[in-house]
Amino acid sequence: MSAAQSENGRTTTPRRAETLLYLDGVSVSFDGFKALNELSLVIDRGELRTVIGPNGAGKTTMMDVITGKTRPDEGTVIYGADTDLTRLDESAIANLGIGRKFQKPTVFENLTVFENLELAARDSRGIFRTLLAKLSGTDLARIDETLATTGLVEHRHRQAGALSHGQKQWLEIGMLLIHEPQILLLDEPVAGMTDHETEQTAQLIRRLTGKHTLVVVEHDMQFVRDLGARVTVLHEGSVLAEGSIDHVQAHPRVIEVYLGR
Amino acid sequence: MTDTPNDGAPRRSLLTPRGWAVFLAFGFALVVVLPILNRVVVTGSFTHVPDYLIPLIGKYCTYAMLALAMDLIWGYAGILSLGQGAFFALGGYCMGMYLMRQIGDRGVYKNAQLPDFMVFLNWKELPWYWHGFDMFWFAAIMVVLVPGALALIVGWLTFRSRVTGVYLSIITQAMTFALLLAFFRNNMGFGGNNGLTDFKDILGFPIQAQSTRVGLLIASAIGLGATYLICRWIVNSKLGRVLLAVRDAESRVRFLGYSVTGAKLFVFVVAAMLSGIAGALYVPQVGIINPGEFSPAASIEIALWVAVGGRGTLAGAVIGAFLVNIAKTWLTGAAPEIWLFFLGLLFIVVTLLLPRGVVGLVADQRERWRARQAARQAQAAEAAT
Repeated sequence: MSAAQSENGRTTTPRRAETLLYLDGVSVSFDGFKALNELSLVIDRGELRTVIGPNGAGKTTMMDVITGKTRPDEGTVIYGADTDLTRLDESAIANLGIGRKFQKPTVFENLTVFENLELAARDSRGIFRTLLAKLSGTDLARIDETLATTGLVEHRHRQAGALSHGQKQWLEIGMLLIHEPQILLLDEPVAGMTDHETEQTAQLIRRLTGKHTLVVVEHDMQFVRDLGARVTVLHEGSVLAEGSIDHVQAHPRVIEVYLGR
Repeated sequence: MTDTPNDGAPRRSLLTPRGWAVFLAFGFALVVVLPILNRVVVTGSFTHVPDYLIPLIGKYCTYAMLALAMDLIWGYAGILSLGQGAFFALGGYCMGMYLMRQIGDRGVYKNAQLPDFMVFLNWKELPWYWHGFDMFWFAAIMVVLVPGALALIVGWLTFRSRVTGVYLSIITQAMTFALLLAFFRNNMGFGGNNGLTDFKDILGFPIQAQSTRVGLLIASAIGLGATYLICRWIVNSKLGRVLLAVRDAESRVRFLGYSVTGAKLFVFVVAAMLSGIAGALYVPQVGIINPGEFSPAASIEIALWVAVGGRGTLAGAVIGAFLVNIAKTWLTGAAPEIWLFFLGLLFIVVTLLLPRGVVGLVADQRERWRARQAARQAQAAEAAT
């Protein structure tokens, strides 16, 4: 944490860490409306990055571009050393190790928590392999580990449909984790959560930092402050400011955009 | 909840001990008790099972197989196919073709080479697609292969284009209706309107003999048992959980990297093959197969059996098939004009009052009884203190 915080003060100088995701001059427009406008963003391996911005700033569109749901009109999206994500489709990008959690929790309600994780585990997806699949000891261990990480150990045999909203969100994060992603994109993970659940989610995300690269899109300022990570502020489809939470909150343009004049 | 005995490890046995007990008792009744009560117990004794009941119960068994196949695709994978009757009828036609070839020169026209209806149509030689059906093994393979191939083609085209819900139901209805019209045509070479009938024997046994009918009942009961175990095995596997996931959130399954098309296609083809076997067992017991089996209404009825019994339970499909068909046999005899009204009423009642069918109703009652029991015990404990 302390290492991360010491770097938060600086804004523009690129760090010498390994770059995992690199967006350069990305523009997307829908019927003339520029959802993304020459957006450039660099995410380093192992980094926790929070992305904030008012409604319509392009946060979700940015996620869509990274995961292949939306193709940019111009610009490049490079993943790892030289993989151009704009040429790949959704499932190919998911298989590269880019996991995305959508705003609305989508777990399999009629399966138990355990079974949800079992299906998400990194195993063969072939039909006949699936028909004959047996859970190995390593599978079980990995499921147990994920249950522990997401705090769902005592709910392992509950139907996912019976979980609270927050628990469903954690289960879905678990389903992404068990797939061992390189980078995890979380779209408003605490929307609709109670304060207590929000706090627990912040703890969960901090536990994951370092092991995974995380990009968290969020509205909730207190939550972003709790995460204590580097913040990127989007406005009208491009980066308005970047740095620690204190830095961006003191930024005159950010104040202007958020509070109006 | 923390100390549940099952830690998620795969179950060793297909059924629970109680499940096996019910399964074996049911099988014993059909395979041993019924034949003895019919063949050994003297006529007139009140435990004697009359002859007409044997092929009737055998027919119910084949319907129950069909219902199991329907439950596999509808109850588990969420594919509401309203064309399952087509696969049943195709299997039946394959068996019917074998039985027609067994007639030989005992037909009305005494033609050893051609079935009667072809002689009647002035055909000179057997159409190419009738070749091989004089051999039982060939017909038996076709019983599985023909419905399976049709399901593979129809399923691949629809699932690949992500056709789901009501659109899939309509397409499958159209499929069975198209086959109905095709099989009605005399020049298709399947006996047209009259279908295939006047069978003489099967595997050398005279088809009308009571001993053969008992044999067919036993074969149907074994077929039903095997179908149940196959479906249970699929449902218990990880693929079974993928199917449930497809039913609940199809796009999410795709996002996890599973082939939704592949999973659906697999169960759709398996269900079609099982339906084909059911049809093949059905035909020798009723003695006829005609295009009426392709009627769209017949396929809708199959869905109703499953709905009455309880979707997604397998056992419910068997119970529903037996209940509805027993009611049908009784009502179409006692008051044939009200059968269709009854069917309509059943549809409404099940949809509104019994969304989980008979099995769901029993489970709810048991749950309520247990809750009351627990409340009473708690009260007694309170009173004692």
